[in-house]
Amino acid sequence: MRSGESVRVAAGAIAANRLRAGLTALGVVIGVMSVVLLISVGTGARSEITGQLEALGSNLVFAVPGGFEGGPTEGGGPSRSPFTADAIDDLANDLAGQAEVTGTLTSGEQARGPAGQTGVSAFGTTGSYDAVTDTDVTRGAFFSDADADTGRRVAVLGPSAAEELFGERDPLGQQVTLAGVGFEVVGLVEEAGTTFGVDADLQVLVPLRAAQELFGIQRVDTVLVRAPSPDALPGVVDEVEASLAQSIDEDRFSVLTQDDILGVVGDVLGTLTFVLAAIAGISLLVAGIGVSNIMLVSVSERTREIGLRKALGARTRDITSQFLIEALLLCGLGGLVGLGLGIGLAEVAEAVSPLPAEVTWWAIALAFGTSLGVGIVFGVLPARRAGRLDPAVALRHE
Amino acid sequence: MSTDELSVPAALAPGAEAAAGDGAGAERNGEPVVDAREVTRHYLLGRDTVVEALRGVSLTVPPGAFVSIVGPSGSGKSTLLNLLGALDRPTSGSLRFSGRDVADLSDAELAALRNTDIGFVFQQFHLLARTSARDNVALPLVYRGAGRRERQRRATEALDLVGLSHRRDHSPAELSGGEQQRVAIARALVSEPHLLLADEPTGNLDSQTGTEIMELLQDLNARAGVALVVITHDPEVAALAPVQLPIRDGVLDQDRASASALAPAPPASGPADAEPSEGSPPR
Repeated sequence: MRSGESVRVAAGAIAANRLRAGLTALGVVIGVMSVVLLISVGTGARSEITGQLEALGSNLVFAVPGGFEGGPTEGGGPSRSPFTADAIDDLANDLAGQAEVTGTLTSGEQARGPAGQTGVSAFGTTGSYDAVTDTDVTRGAFFSDADADTGRRVAVLGPSAAEELFGERDPLGQQVTLAGVGFEVVGLVEEAGTTFGVDADLQVLVPLRAAQELFGIQRVDTVLVRAPSPDALPGVVDEVEASLAQSIDEDRFSVLTQDDILGVVGDVLGTLTFVLAAIAGISLLVAGIGVSNIMLVSVSERTREIGLRKALGARTRDITSQFLIEALLLCGLGGLVGLGLGIGLAEVAEAVSPLPAEVTWWAIALAFGTSLGVGIVFGVLPARRAGRLDPAVALRHE
Repeated sequence: MSTDELSVPAALAPGAEAAAGDGAGAERNGEPVVDAREVTRHYLLGRDTVVEALRGVSLTVPPGAFVSIVGPSGSGKSTLLNLLGALDRPTSGSLRFSGRDVADLSDAELAALRNTDIGFVFQQFHLLARTSARDNVALPLVYRGAGRRERQRRATEALDLVGLSHRRDHSPAELSGGEQQRVAIARALVSEPHLLLADEPTGNLDSQTGTEIMELLQDLNARAGVALVVITHDPEVAALAPVQLPIRDGVLDQDRASASALAPAPPASGPADAEPSEGSPPR
């Protein structure tokens, strides 16, 4: 029997039981759709986060509270940060001429301007923030270390914050009120984009000590250091560790490069994506059992047809391959529809929801390949049963 | 002697000469289409109950012969049909199709033998629903890898033989019982078999249509030279054959067969006769 003929016969059998075939394939549709969608979202999240990290520049060194590799240590976490503004000053002095140093403190605050008020991310930082994070100042200038040290009330706005607070007006030289305290706007920074639906441009940057005073806290969340070149990174990491260790217990902070963070974030999100895909894969497995079940019903219903085909000269192999092709076709068609829906939903999610989604060729290949694999694995049992039927018995089957 | 040896002389088969003329004729010439010797078929019922459905049957069908096998239900008819149709293998004894012993054939080779040598006509027609008459007729050709165009051509020719080429695009549901059986006969003929095996071919038809179907089968037997074995419980249908072989309790009834006006006495020189002591069937 020619394989083209087998496909034609299988397609005919599926067409003859459209509703049943459709319902059976629906399981495969949902499974493949879920695999594609979840992998796309996982991949999208991973590239969005790594993209954000990479945008900071590759020569960055981070000092963060707590242990990093072994998870948070006792006393770890941003709320118990060991860093202080003095420690940052000391670090900057120690690394003078080798690397730029800054620190940040973040808090969600209400800000008010002439055009209205809005919740913003208020950053306390030092005058070297723009240089360390490679942020362009589009208008005016970033405040200086002198401003930061004296706690002068000056502010730099992100584009969204400027628009929300000042509308069409020029914010430069104007006052913005943060937690009830007025700050003079001295500069505007470039657009940073949106991460997971959070507008990173809705930010107000103010001098570190002014922020500490305003929020009533002494800590600094993160210390950022920019090495002059990738080659200088290991030396800078050692210097940062040594310098911070002079005033802070070594167990209470970790020094990391961007690659360290990218690696760990990539691992975590990769594992998350894999787990999501595996859960979706379970639905494909269940769908496969449904396919197997329906194929067994089909074999049972068509026992006389199988007997007839054998009487007319069909070999065991002809019958087996006919039913295997039918299962494959069922899963393949379901897989194609599932791919279409999965890709479509991923595109929709990307367009209208904060969830990033990135459809990759390997996710498509994996999902469709798995659906075909399910067809083969779960089609074999019914197909073999069909092929083994005794023609003399099958012909007289009631 | 406990077994029956019945041979249908080739001279009785009107189409024998004609058969020698077509492509497969050379093969048919000489070797019997079916040659069964001391064939038994036992089934295991449950764990240890043996049913002896056939208890030693010998039967030779020469090319172009017309034989009827007649018996009540439970006589072993269906078991014999399975064996004559190469759908099953005997428990003991030898069964040859055109000289090829089924014991030497693999399942796949047996399938190929059914495909090329045997045409089946069933009581229930066994046509595929939602499939045109022509595609039903072409079905055996699918399993020999024939191309679509060739299948359609030969199926149309076969439908011509049964007078139904004008209904070739109709599905079985759109055909009368008689027409469905004609389509089934065309399907049996499409592979130009040596043997047409008809199992109660008139069983699902009214008597008028049944008569027409039997006339068609007889005509094909005479014109195309294909050997015809009709298995039936109906004495009237059986009586149409020059040779009638009654079957009862798993053995062919020699006395009644011999009493048949058209059946000759068993030939004195057959391989089975040569060794009369061999193969006493289990009782």
